[in-house]
Amino acid sequence: MPASKAQVLVPDIVSLELDPAEDAAALDRLALWALRYAPIVAPDPPDGLIIDTSGADHLHGGEAAMLTSLVDRIETSGIAARAAVADAWGTAHAAARFLARPVSVIPPRQAAAAMRDLPIGALRLPTSIVDGLHFLGFERIGDVEDTPKAPLTHRFGPELMRRLDQAMARAAEPFEPLRSPEQIEVRRAFGEPIGAAETIARYTGKLVDQLCVALEQQGLGARRLDLLFHRVDNRIEAIRVGTAAPVRESRRLTRLLTDRIETVDPGFGIELMTLTATLAEPLRDRQTISSLVEPEEPDISDLIDVIANRLGASRLYRFAPVESDVPERSVKRVAPTAPEDGASWPGEWPRPSRLLSPPEPIDTMALLPDNPPVWFTWRGIRRRVARADGPERIFGEWWLHHAETTSVRDYFRVEDESGERFWIYRAGDGEDPATGSHKWFLHGIFA
Amino acid sequence: MAMSSNSPALSELRERIARLEGGSTRRREVLPFGVSEIDRVLPGGGLALGALHEVAGGANGAVDGAAAALWAAGVAARTRGRVLWCVTRQDLFAPSLAQAGLPPGRVIYVEAGDEAAVLACFEEGLRHGGLGAVVAELARLPMTSSRRLQLAAEASGTLGIAIRRWRRQTEATDFGQPTAAVSRWRVSALSSRPLPVPGVGRPRWRLELLRVRAGESADFEVESCDAKGRLALSSDLADRSSAPQARSIGAAG
Repeated sequence: MPASKAQVLVPDIVSLELDPAEDAAALDRLALWALRYAPIVAPDPPDGLIIDTSGADHLHGGEAAMLTSLVDRIETSGIAARAAVADAWGTAHAAARFLARPVSVIPPRQAAAAMRDLPIGALRLPTSIVDGLHFLGFERIGDVEDTPKAPLTHRFGPELMRRLDQAMARAAEPFEPLRSPEQIEVRRAFGEPIGAAETIARYTGKLVDQLCVALEQQGLGARRLDLLFHRVDNRIEAIRVGTAAPVRESRRLTRLLTDRIETVDPGFGIELMTLTATLAEPLRDRQTISSLVEPEEPDISDLIDVIANRLGASRLYRFAPVESDVPERSVKRVAPTAPEDGASWPGEWPRPSRLLSPPEPIDTMALLPDNPPVWFTWRGIRRRVARADGPERIFGEWWLHHAETTSVRDYFRVEDESGERFWIYRAGDGEDPATGSHKWFLHGIFA
Repeated sequence: MAMSSNSPALSELRERIARLEGGSTRRREVLPFGVSEIDRVLPGGGLALGALHEVAGGANGAVDGAAAALWAAGVAARTRGRVLWCVTRQDLFAPSLAQAGLPPGRVIYVEAGDEAAVLACFEEGLRHGGLGAVVAELARLPMTSSRRLQLAAEASGTLGIAIRRWRRQTEATDFGQPTAAVSRWRVSALSSRPLPVPGVGRPRWRLELLRVRAGESADFEVESCDAKGRLALSSDLADRSSAPQARSIGAAG
């Protein structure tokens, strides 16, 4: 379409000169940024990124959560993005561009089913082949899949079936991962491919030793390590570990890496191992405190690293107080290594040791507006209230939600006849229906 | 009574048994409760550090584990150093732990998702040695796993507490199965201390020591943890200490 025609169609159109070199450079920068998600990333010109997420998704809360976060982050910088995760590059390539969702997750071994309905254009074929297929009446990938292979190959050459197999995740498709030039990297090539877990562990230790020497020369400590295994069949397996604080201790880093060796499939053998410190931060030598002073708090960052790399960093946290009277909002999760400010919750009012989320509705009989219930039924068991304390009135936080302007909760601490103590509340003040539904809920269990 | 006779012959026998049990021959350190009635029935005069202890709630507490968690928090609060708390799904309310003496800065939570991962994190924490105590909430604790945990705790000197918690009250019979834990406790809620005015007084628990290695079982009526994690023996209105009833049965219930 000529520029003049476009200007007629869209009045305020902004036109820019095409600059392929700058586009490619920007794509490279974006690929470097995407290294935060997984160790194996490559630009896919003109407009794509390839990320091998195997072994990295659990650190970001699963595949769907990782894709959503990726797309959201890219969109905040003004780039409309679509993402898909699938068994193979070809499948994900087609799904990201041709499925009607911004984020799609193709479950393992479902590639063929997902691809069947997509148009032939999704196969990354040269235009001549696509036009030829359209001329023959093929519209969807499923149509090509159902046709005998030999005549098609005879007519269009091997490219069509290669691309089809790649999209159906039947053929491997290696790619060259992007490496940042300033990263500290050590590598080891093997004359004879290795495969045993013990051998991999031994060479991992040797690589870490080399890397730690290199890190020490630059006064750095590793925050994130990528260990890549190049297999003889041209596939790359990867282990990524992160640490909570910069580390240069060879034993600790080896432990983190060898913990995850079981996730590596060596296939027919590994011929090259590369260890890269993808994220390094300055680490200065520290003077140890003499025994005359109060003994130092033992360092548990290595334990945090081991657990965080096994389960994902979001599974490991501390609670910190938030200034809010609403119980479920009064705690927030912070990183286990977050600085400690000594803050705690106000301690005047007893709080239950277990908090139900969400609060469970209960049946009660109570005198309005101020009295605690006489009995209540929770999970099918009716309990008579022997003693009670309350109400403790908690007002809605109108500065957070407009709907909470008038809402009120009246909390009671009740003890039943067998001595079990519960934290129950009534939504509303017992008089004004605008303050709440006047239904009762059980919110916590006291010790 | 367990510790009443201190004849040299008996203590020599004890020493020989301790040597047979192997491991570290050094004297185990203990964490006293500060309540002489409880400490008296525990070998060494307190809860052994560097050992695994089991606790469960009675009745409905077997499901919610509210009292057991607060008891564990009270014990952990009196250790030195950080506390690792492993759960499958988080339902603890941290302000209550702070009221039992565990400030939020001291507790690191691990939300492991399943029991196997909880066990792995529990063992990792016990093995590390830099923590004051490790608490884990578990439904199943097989003999093999508990033995591993006990050995890890012995090696590092860290206190391990397994809070046993089940999805249904009927599954709590699992608590009778043998484990390698050094002691086994059950905490059930009792009605609170009567107040002269309407209201709920300081909560009271029935604290049952179901089993302890080289000791006898006993049960106590205690008042729940104060702000420093200490228990107190329950006193009636006249403020007179009630004597604990030491039971002579040895089997765990």
